[in-house]
Amino acid sequence: MFAEFDFDVIRRTLPYLGEGMLFSLGLTLLAMAGGVVLGTLLALMRLSGFVSLAAAAGAYVNLLRSTPLILVIFWFYFLVPIALKNITGDPYAAGLGPFHSALIAFTMFEAAYYCEIIRAGIQSVPRGQVQAAYALGLTYPQSMMKVVLPQAFRNMVPILLTQGIILFQDTSLVYVVGLTDFMGAASKVAQRDARLVEMYLFAALVYFLICYSASLFVKRLQARGAIAR
Amino acid sequence: MDFNVFFQPAFSGGGIYLDWIVSGVKWTLTVSILAWLIAFPVGSALGMMRTAPLAVLRAPAAAYVELFRNVPLLVQMFIWYFVLPEIVPVRLGDWLKTGMPMPEVTNAVLALGFYTASRVAEQVRSGIQSMPRGQTEAALAIGLTLPQAYRHVLLPMAYRITIPPLTSEFLTIFKNSSVALTIGVLELTAQARQISEYTYRTFEAFTVATVIYVLITMAVTVLMREVERRVRVPGYIGTPGK
Repeated sequence: MFAEFDFDVIRRTLPYLGEGMLFSLGLTLLAMAGGVVLGTLLALMRLSGFVSLAAAAGAYVNLLRSTPLILVIFWFYFLVPIALKNITGDPYAAGLGPFHSALIAFTMFEAAYYCEIIRAGIQSVPRGQVQAAYALGLTYPQSMMKVVLPQAFRNMVPILLTQGIILFQDTSLVYVVGLTDFMGAASKVAQRDARLVEMYLFAALVYFLICYSASLFVKRLQARGAIAR
Repeated sequence: MDFNVFFQPAFSGGGIYLDWIVSGVKWTLTVSILAWLIAFPVGSALGMMRTAPLAVLRAPAAAYVELFRNVPLLVQMFIWYFVLPEIVPVRLGDWLKTGMPMPEVTNAVLALGFYTASRVAEQVRSGIQSMPRGQTEAALAIGLTLPQAYRHVLLPMAYRITIPPLTSEFLTIFKNSSVALTIGVLELTAQARQISEYTYRTFEAFTVATVIYVLITMAVTVLMREVERRVRVPGYIGTPGK
């Protein structure tokens, strides 16, 4: 069935595909880190007693969660340079480059999803923990940083990692603005050498192996966490 | 900012740019709803198979879910559209490429439908597994066969419990339908992008598209809340006492 196909094209272009994979992994890790930090802030805003802060964070989360990721990528890809020109006042501002535009888009997008995960995580911490922290004389930031968040994050690690796997799959969408992530590299080779079947099957296999082994790892982590509790 | 751009004559097609948006919305809804018509029955069947007491049913369903959940939707779209016609018998492949009506839309629906089925399967499975074991045992004890126990005891409850997570999968399908633009379906996001390229009104085009996606989300949420209210299981948390 695969007689007329040339799978050697994969070996020949492996270094190029490897660079693409580094781009994908780099984007995933940085967007995860940024998304968790921003998501935590949003979650604290949503849970704070200040109505205006909670409403603003809620509106942000709901807006981003009803917009397709591709549209968000387009938004940032086209508008970040414009915003930059307006902020700096320099009509020839150099822009941030495609990688940073993508990174900002993914961070802002993922923050909305991480916010909801982290909010649920914080709410899963028993109220008595907060009361005890205040009774000991800790301030709000102290009780959050030293009592609530460490417990919340311990409970959330598996879900945060699962969201990270979804994010890794989503980074393939930078294809729509022509960036060379792993999928971008695979599709550029596929089109240059007219090897679509070989490259797309290979891409599917690589994504499957990475995501499946990561999800097995998360499952093991979850099982171990369950015993510890 | 100038939203009058949508009432200007369009670059092609004879209408105004607003017609492009309307056509984009039409394709977004068409692709999403047709894909859901695949995802819901296929996902339900897979979810049930995963809870069956027979390994011959469980194993293939588990393999399906892992396979379709661990490959990005974009890659799956490309495999349906570019790869499948090349690896099936030549006659069928030629039909897939040229004989089939609207190959882009059909492939987008198939890719999105079978991808979402794996996510629906997980929700249905966890719905069925959330039922107390005694339910199955009691159903079998009063003489129902296993299919009857599913049909009359487990599924009616499981589906009612599963509605909120299924709603969020249904919302996700509208957003994921934008990935269809990569194989040439001119749905809402693609039309917004086109308008921005032809008119340089990027901000206006993307704003209108974003607002429409938010409206779709709100409409589905309101609809599903009503469905949820009608089928709510009395005696569960979240159900007003009767």
